[in-house]
Amino acid sequence: MIAAAAGAADQEIDTAVQRYRESLQDSSPAELWVLRGEGLFREKRGPRKASLETCDFGLGAGIVKGAYARLPRYFADTGRVEDLESRLMTCMGRLQGFSAEAFPRHAPSDPDRMADLARLAAYVASESAGLKLEAPLSHPKEIEAYRVGELLFHRRAGSHDFSCATCHATQGKRIRLQRLAQLTDPKDAQRALPTWPAYSVGPGDMLTMQHWIALCYYQSRHPQLRYGSDAAIALQVFLAQHANGGVIAAPGTRR
Amino acid sequence: MKRAALFLSAAALTGCATVPDESDIALRAQAAFAGAFAGGDAQILARVEHQDDVQVQCSKYRNAPPLDVAQLIERTQRAAIRYPIAGGLIGDWKQGNLIAEDGSGMRYGDNAGRPSGGNCYACHRLTPQEIAYGTVGPSLLGYGVSRGASEAMQRLTYERIYNAQAFNACSAMPRFGHNQVLTPEQIAHLVALLLDPESPVNTGKSR
Repeated sequence: MIAAAAGAADQEIDTAVQRYRESLQDSSPAELWVLRGEGLFREKRGPRKASLETCDFGLGAGIVKGAYARLPRYFADTGRVEDLESRLMTCMGRLQGFSAEAFPRHAPSDPDRMADLARLAAYVASESAGLKLEAPLSHPKEIEAYRVGELLFHRRAGSHDFSCATCHATQGKRIRLQRLAQLTDPKDAQRALPTWPAYSVGPGDMLTMQHWIALCYYQSRHPQLRYGSDAAIALQVFLAQHANGGVIAAPGTRR
Repeated sequence: MKRAALFLSAAALTGCATVPDESDIALRAQAAFAGAFAGGDAQILARVEHQDDVQVQCSKYRNAPPLDVAQLIERTQRAAIRYPIAGGLIGDWKQGNLIAEDGSGMRYGDNAGRPSGGNCYACHRLTPQEIAYGTVGPSLLGYGVSRGASEAMQRLTYERIYNAQAFNACSAMPRFGHNQVLTPEQIAHLVALLLDPESPVNTGKSR
């Protein structure tokens, strides 16, 4: 009896949360970040007074359209696999002359340094909206990053024994009222991943993928995730392979 | 399956000589993890860097250990259970409910001088009046109704909260007592929340 009642209550809650999430899409201010981001992208900034318009996101210098749909990927000019945010920092450094001090050390506790990156990420990602995510997995460094990411995803540690898999390897679960995506399942991953970066109603801010992963690590009792770290990128390479084929709807809106 | 096939075809394309082997990957993952954090709290950093045997095995087997490993984990974890020095195994359900609601503790920025919460509602349904409950763990509504509150049941319930892996190796549930997230006295309050006939978990009534 109690179990049956609990099942019905769970379903009722899921339906209500789903309705709430849908209602958020209509009034989302995410587009504001895209507009600000495009402005920043074209503006001559930094010590070199240059714009980011010649940045190569993997499809060639200056090609933004569709670039986010092929990230993360290996870049020969840095010898490294980079996600959108790392690539933005690479271009801000190389084209505009920004030094490492201009970038956040840890996304959640560095809102001032995060603001421009979140705007730029929202803009670049929006230029792939409607396209299918097709993150590559062919260069040895990409394969290595995938396997490192896989190990990190399953690595249990800390006072609470948490890993990413504790919350994101099972179907149809919730933390409080927050529905958890099973990120190892293509159907869930294809729905969840291509909405990043996303405007988050709680903090009232545009949160990038790295910002979100850092918040996961915070709740799972890990230290501050270093912005742009190999671990943050490897996790995204692993996640992207499960989300490939999902249609990009960035920037999305979340509660 | 699809994932494995995808990975194999990618490996075949690039040639195995250029792809590092398992032990290499493990070392690189370790290096990536070592460089993953930008500070926050030295204690938290030390805790996540040094996995204990249970964390190593559960990571390795992705929480589905073979029987012999599972039995070893359950045996060793059971042997390490400690009980309250003073007072019984069942405390005050009202205090227990406050602990169950409290999601703070052991994160960077949390007040280290303040006792941690258990955050039970994050994963479990417990009392009828709290509807913001999670479903990672089973519903515990009515937990004590059929079980009663005998001393043996108090002991078993205490032990399950103290260390879920003493009963279910690689359980997703934190080892609250074993890892000193909660004190034995706090766990006794949670035992009361689950077993006390007066607790809303068992009366089924809102208070």
